[in-house]
Amino acid sequence: MADRSDAKIALKHGAGGRAMRALIKEVFVDRLDGSGGPGIGLAAMDDGAALPLGDRWLVVTTDSHVISPIFFPGGDIGRLAISGTVNDLAMMGATEVLALTCAVIVEEGFERAQLERVRDSIDETCRAACARIVTGDTKVMGHGEIDGLVLNTTGVAIASRVVPDSGLKPGDVVILSGTAGDHGMAVMARRHDLALRGDLRSDVAPLNGMIRCALDAAGDAVVAMKDPTRGGVASALCEMAQKGRVGIVLDGPSVPIKEEVRAAAELLGIDPLIVANEGKALIGVRPDAAERVLAALRAHPLGRDAAIVATCTNERPGQVILETGFGRRLLQEPEGEPLPRIC
Amino acid sequence: MADRIAQGRALEFRDPRKGRELVGLLARLCGQIGRAPISVMHVCGSHEQAIARFGLRASFPPELDVIMGPGCPVCVTDLPEVDEAIALAMAGVRIATYGDMLRVPGSGRSLADAKADGAKVEVVYSIAQAVELARQTSEDIVFFASGFETTAVATAAVLLAGTPANFSILSAHKYIPPVMEIVAEMPDTRVEGFLAAGHAAAITGWGVFERFVERHGIPVVVAGFEPLDILAGLACLLELIRDRRAAVINAYPRCVTREGNRRAQEALWRVFRPIGGQWRGIAHVPNGNLRLRDEWAHVDARRRFKIDLAGLWSFAPPRLAAECICGDIMAGIASPSDCPLFGAKCVPDQPVGACMVSSEGTCRIWHEYGGRPDLRR
Repeated sequence: MADRSDAKIALKHGAGGRAMRALIKEVFVDRLDGSGGPGIGLAAMDDGAALPLGDRWLVVTTDSHVISPIFFPGGDIGRLAISGTVNDLAMMGATEVLALTCAVIVEEGFERAQLERVRDSIDETCRAACARIVTGDTKVMGHGEIDGLVLNTTGVAIASRVVPDSGLKPGDVVILSGTAGDHGMAVMARRHDLALRGDLRSDVAPLNGMIRCALDAAGDAVVAMKDPTRGGVASALCEMAQKGRVGIVLDGPSVPIKEEVRAAAELLGIDPLIVANEGKALIGVRPDAAERVLAALRAHPLGRDAAIVATCTNERPGQVILETGFGRRLLQEPEGEPLPRIC
Repeated sequence: MADRIAQGRALEFRDPRKGRELVGLLARLCGQIGRAPISVMHVCGSHEQAIARFGLRASFPPELDVIMGPGCPVCVTDLPEVDEAIALAMAGVRIATYGDMLRVPGSGRSLADAKADGAKVEVVYSIAQAVELARQTSEDIVFFASGFETTAVATAAVLLAGTPANFSILSAHKYIPPVMEIVAEMPDTRVEGFLAAGHAAAITGWGVFERFVERHGIPVVVAGFEPLDILAGLACLLELIRDRRAAVINAYPRCVTREGNRRAQEALWRVFRPIGGQWRGIAHVPNGNLRLRDEWAHVDARRRFKIDLAGLWSFAPPRLAAECICGDIMAGIASPSDCPLFGAKCVPDQPVGACMVSSEGTCRIWHEYGGRPDLRR
């Protein structure tokens, strides 16, 4: 930590990329007791923890949510907080949510009516995810001490099988459950008041129902899952490649991207592959199960645009190669934050 | 050749099928030329951006070496020019400039360093924004202006439209055609053809390259920035090299004409005159710098202020700067991967050289798009 640039926390340390993982590892994982032990714990730096419970698993995850603006096209901080935690559980294979907690930190002066609007959104999203909030906490901080509203949600679930994000092997294929970049571009367009035509909307949604369909269709053939939130598809694939020690070849032209997202990204010079999603999953499956999983996803309303986007190889383990249609290059994890605080 | 140009002009500029056809054509042309390497140079950060972003290098035939030339205006801004801006800022003058200029190292420090010490340095997205800033204050605002002829035209247009009395310009604008002469005349140059930047040629017209081609016998192809534009441009260039034909071909006819944008040229030369000057890492380039004409002395920061560089002498160059090879990279004789600092001690967060600062710098582009491992199959 002698490096001058790392002596203070910067936005890049929260951007979902390498800098963030390094910070978490150096400050917390390596120094906290309890990162070892049975099951999937802190050391795995997965979407959540999985603890053995008889012949099943107790899956736990927690997530804090800050976003500006609090209400954005397609969602709001309440929907985001519930979806984020439900999706982290689902990515571990735990699709039946036992319970959620919700802690709220509010800035002095925040409109009560807005808080109630967020509550309604939380309620609606919980119902969609078949989840319930069983306990919570509320704090108020002085004006200027936080930015509006911060939500923390924790989720617990019981699963009979845990899907890690490290399970890819050469030959496996990776399915993206829908269009890339919707959430990040929608928030960015709203934040910067970009008068763009077209319907830029966040994809924020609880995915546990859709993931259950995929797991039911292929069982053990689903070997790795990750939701491409901060850092986008690029960051999530890099992490899956590193943890699985495989090379991933991403076929750029087969990544589904909405026309309006593509246009906005082009205009702003931002690659949709590094932009956050809040209602998508990357699902690694054994090759012979790919079509089955794809069909199951497409039959679900949230997975209609699902597509096979990548294959795993022995070539360049730990790295992601992007086939652009014109050539190929390494897909770099985003270093900093293209859009500060979008999820 | 007309077919090649039509391929680049087709409405679908990102049709991979056409891309594959052009890649096949490049391989055939290299085969016909029958030697290696065949070296061509582009002189534009936007070309490097597109080549890197679309992974085109992995599709180029192994014989074809596409060299990055001095195509980043921020990178070629010379140390004393950066120092002038820093000295003004440290003397208490408010400086407005493009974000890229902020962290470009001068001989000892950068504008960002000066800002950290309390100097007033503002980042703007356009010169118009800097003028707006001047209108809102009585303080002197100096716009530190960088960029090639494409950007210089914007500076000229703003000056011609009239600016407030407290506004002036510190011009570090550069003019591309003369530096191509320098590169062509370098004794150990390997460049057999130039890919010229379409947007600059939209201003100057492709005719500006005719004398160059005549003088040096090196072909020039003007190309756009979509992957098919670049592949089609390279195909044109290889055909010229194969046929030993020194000519200018306009492979970007949807934007570029022989005459160029006359109104823009008129504005440019009414405000600026070309003078010789040093380009960082390259050489002294006759007529390579754009400075304000005498009629514009009242908006010329160099004439309005006494710029004292002596105050900067106490700042030693950063330790790592001695190892930086930005100059060789911009002259096209080295690649970022030849640099021991690249991606390790020199990253966008903590740049050592200008090429890692600017979004048009070769090092920065390579870093963003995954370096340059050999991914050819």
